[in-house]
Amino acid sequence: MTIERPKADVVIVGLGWAGSVMAEELTRAGLNVVAIERGAWRDTSTDFPPAVDADELKWHTRRTMLQPMSVETTTFRNRMDQTAAPVRNWSAFQYGWNVGGAGTHWAGMSWRFTPWDLQVASQTRERYGDAFTDSLNLQLQDWGMSYDELEPYYDRFERIAGTSGIAGNIKGEIQAGGNPFEGPRSRDYPTPPLKDSHWMSKFRETTQNMGYHPFTIPAGNLSQAYVNPLGVNMGPCTYCGFCDFHGCGNFSKSSPQACILPVLMRRPNFTVLTETEVLHAVKHEDGKTAKGVRFVTKEGEEGFQPADVVVITAFQMDNVRLMLLSGVGEAYDPVSHTGTVGRNYNYQTCSSVTGFFDGEHMNPFIGGGALAVQIDDFNGDNFDHTGLGFIGGAGIMGYSTDGRPIQRMDNLRPGTKRWGSEWKSGYARDYGSNGTIFCQGTSMPVRDAYLDLDPTYKDRHGQPLMRMTFDWNKNDRDMCSYVTDRAVEIMREVGGSDIIVDNQADKSWNPYMQTSSHTQGGAVIGADPTTSALNTYCQSWDVHNVFVVGASAFPANAGYNPTVTVGALAVRAAQAIHQTYVNNPGPLVDA
Amino acid sequence: MNRREALFSLGLAAAVAPLAAKGVKAEELNGFPTATAQNPDHLPVPARRGGEYVVLRDETDRNTVKAVFDRLIPADDHGPAASEAGCIEFLDDQLAGTYGSGAALYLEGPLDPANEEAIMGMPQFLSTPRQRYEIGLKALEAYAQTTDGVAFAALSPDRIDEILTGLEAGEIDLGPEIHAGAFFELMLQNAREGYLSDPIYGGNKDMAGWKMIGFPGARYDYRPYIDRRGEALNLTPVSLIPQD
Repeated sequence: MTIERPKADVVIVGLGWAGSVMAEELTRAGLNVVAIERGAWRDTSTDFPPAVDADELKWHTRRTMLQPMSVETTTFRNRMDQTAAPVRNWSAFQYGWNVGGAGTHWAGMSWRFTPWDLQVASQTRERYGDAFTDSLNLQLQDWGMSYDELEPYYDRFERIAGTSGIAGNIKGEIQAGGNPFEGPRSRDYPTPPLKDSHWMSKFRETTQNMGYHPFTIPAGNLSQAYVNPLGVNMGPCTYCGFCDFHGCGNFSKSSPQACILPVLMRRPNFTVLTETEVLHAVKHEDGKTAKGVRFVTKEGEEGFQPADVVVITAFQMDNVRLMLLSGVGEAYDPVSHTGTVGRNYNYQTCSSVTGFFDGEHMNPFIGGGALAVQIDDFNGDNFDHTGLGFIGGAGIMGYSTDGRPIQRMDNLRPGTKRWGSEWKSGYARDYGSNGTIFCQGTSMPVRDAYLDLDPTYKDRHGQPLMRMTFDWNKNDRDMCSYVTDRAVEIMREVGGSDIIVDNQADKSWNPYMQTSSHTQGGAVIGADPTTSALNTYCQSWDVHNVFVVGASAFPANAGYNPTVTVGALAVRAAQAIHQTYVNNPGPLVDA
Repeated sequence: MNRREALFSLGLAAAVAPLAAKGVKAEELNGFPTATAQNPDHLPVPARRGGEYVVLRDETDRNTVKAVFDRLIPADDHGPAASEAGCIEFLDDQLAGTYGSGAALYLEGPLDPANEEAIMGMPQFLSTPRQRYEIGLKALEAYAQTTDGVAFAALSPDRIDEILTGLEAGEIDLGPEIHAGAFFELMLQNAREGYLSDPIYGGNKDMAGWKMIGFPGARYDYRPYIDRRGEALNLTPVSLIPQD
């Protein structure tokens, strides 16, 4: 039996950050919105209180808050001539599994991308010339809009989420203590920066003395009490160190639960179906618009939710997969080089450098998910790439995010045995006396890194899994190598010994080895419908009442975390829908 | 409210019909749910104390895993051995639950072991952790009987270390049904989890693992300490088990 629900103005698929922002904007504008979320309802004060949150085994090791692989996984291969295998166990992928989505368990690193990140193709050609740009063999393309166009929406999201930090550039004026390389902001962060841990203060002092520009990173971990524009109260971060993979019962970490849902849920024109999974969107006969979405409940009953507008705001992989399963847009084919859905898959190129400090007490248990000091001197295009043979770079941070003992049990001086008395004495010696520098780098698209539907493996509803074909490309490897060398220089300068370097890009990519969960692209925005699945309002070029918002929209990745850019794209798309689209349905941009 | 009262009231809340459990249809939520309550799946479930083992019921299996764990984490100046810290009870409890049954794993075929290991950089399995222990412990016992003519648990500490070293290096074959190196990694992972996770899960007795490294445990507010630079704070660890 199929349940047919009453028609909504808008159906939203996935109630994470993007879906919550979207629902808030649209219901405030008076639209009738139904959101469908496959995870369960979860509340800040009851589900993640301090008496429950400080539990590494449950939340980090067993990942109890994350969507299990048994519900949906991805298949993966490095090259097209290989047979993809399913990711069977917990890995780098971190899909949310409750109302709030990945916004409940994220760390809170609240970055904007830079003006260069949004215009990589044109600015690289302009600064370094056609010959250099062509020699990179990348599939570079601009986002179809400038940083200045996105800035007001960044500002809106930062205010809703609550963001602590220190501005480096307000309206073109460089600010002392902030990041001088950031794009111009219309105003400072809502709350001041977090405090330094001991390791962060060492990193800050050393990089300052080396002539770099250290600053406290922007954080969705609040430094003080804050009331957001929706009237929701947030409290100060307690530096408990149980942040990423965990919820936050202090209302200190930005999440849809803490920042949006308390207001959204009280609006009479909003409904959410929980523990209900959307299978795909359904198009009208003419294929030009969608008429709603098919879903399946926890009990296995199928249903249909009719709507005038379909907004897909699931996890990045699911956004692409739902477009493919729904036949919205043409699937990308890397051989014929046609189609756009699945194109421009990209990742996040990372490395870490750990050093040991005899007899020092770093007190690593004092931490926050977004507690770090960073330099951006080697990020993006902030340094001259002439003669280097690559573009892009990485933020280099000294961080204090957590001191979780199970996670760190192999974080010992090189050569230390992993078991026996040698491990015990090694861990007793090293747990409190090391520091790590993390390099979070750009990732550039290439022609044969893409997403499509797997021919063999299926999910529990019999629908094909997403297949990922990806390996580090030469640009990513060269970039990472260069930036990692800079991090090693800093570690030597700060006095760390027995230095361990983990350069993720010096071996083939696989999902079990990654230190980043930042998976991007596949349903990207742009100005050209032959190279992008969506226009810059995240509207499908082919089916104009379908909007798809998430990190799936990024044509390339910056050396930053994705969430705030996802939030900004969601605000922008939502305003375009209620201000323009509903009054005059059709393409918001001429193809 | 002190910690005991906090836990107690949460337990009560879980006993009252929680939001997720009452649903037989997809939950349609309109308005902020007024009956919000702690969901049982978000509460820590303490390990069962005392009584029969649930998974490690076979005495030989249990002696084998104890012999392995106590060489992976032996008693010394840095703290008790794994079994003294409760790691066997921890393992039994974990294997008896959703971890042991592989509830989170994708276990659909087909499985081409060589291809999957090559692509993923590590072996993949269609069996659950519980099944892997059941087969693996029997294989270890059989190995000891074959090579040394005694039970695995009767081997000398040096001989056990030799076997573990061989397993870790992938140089010992435990038969076609078991990937010896991966089984070693599974045991090492679980032994150390039991030594370092909250004592509420049955291991880390007296917070011995946390005292070994100086981790203060389930504290949640370090605002009084963050400005102190490089000091030994000597904070007494606390666990999720009420102590007051």
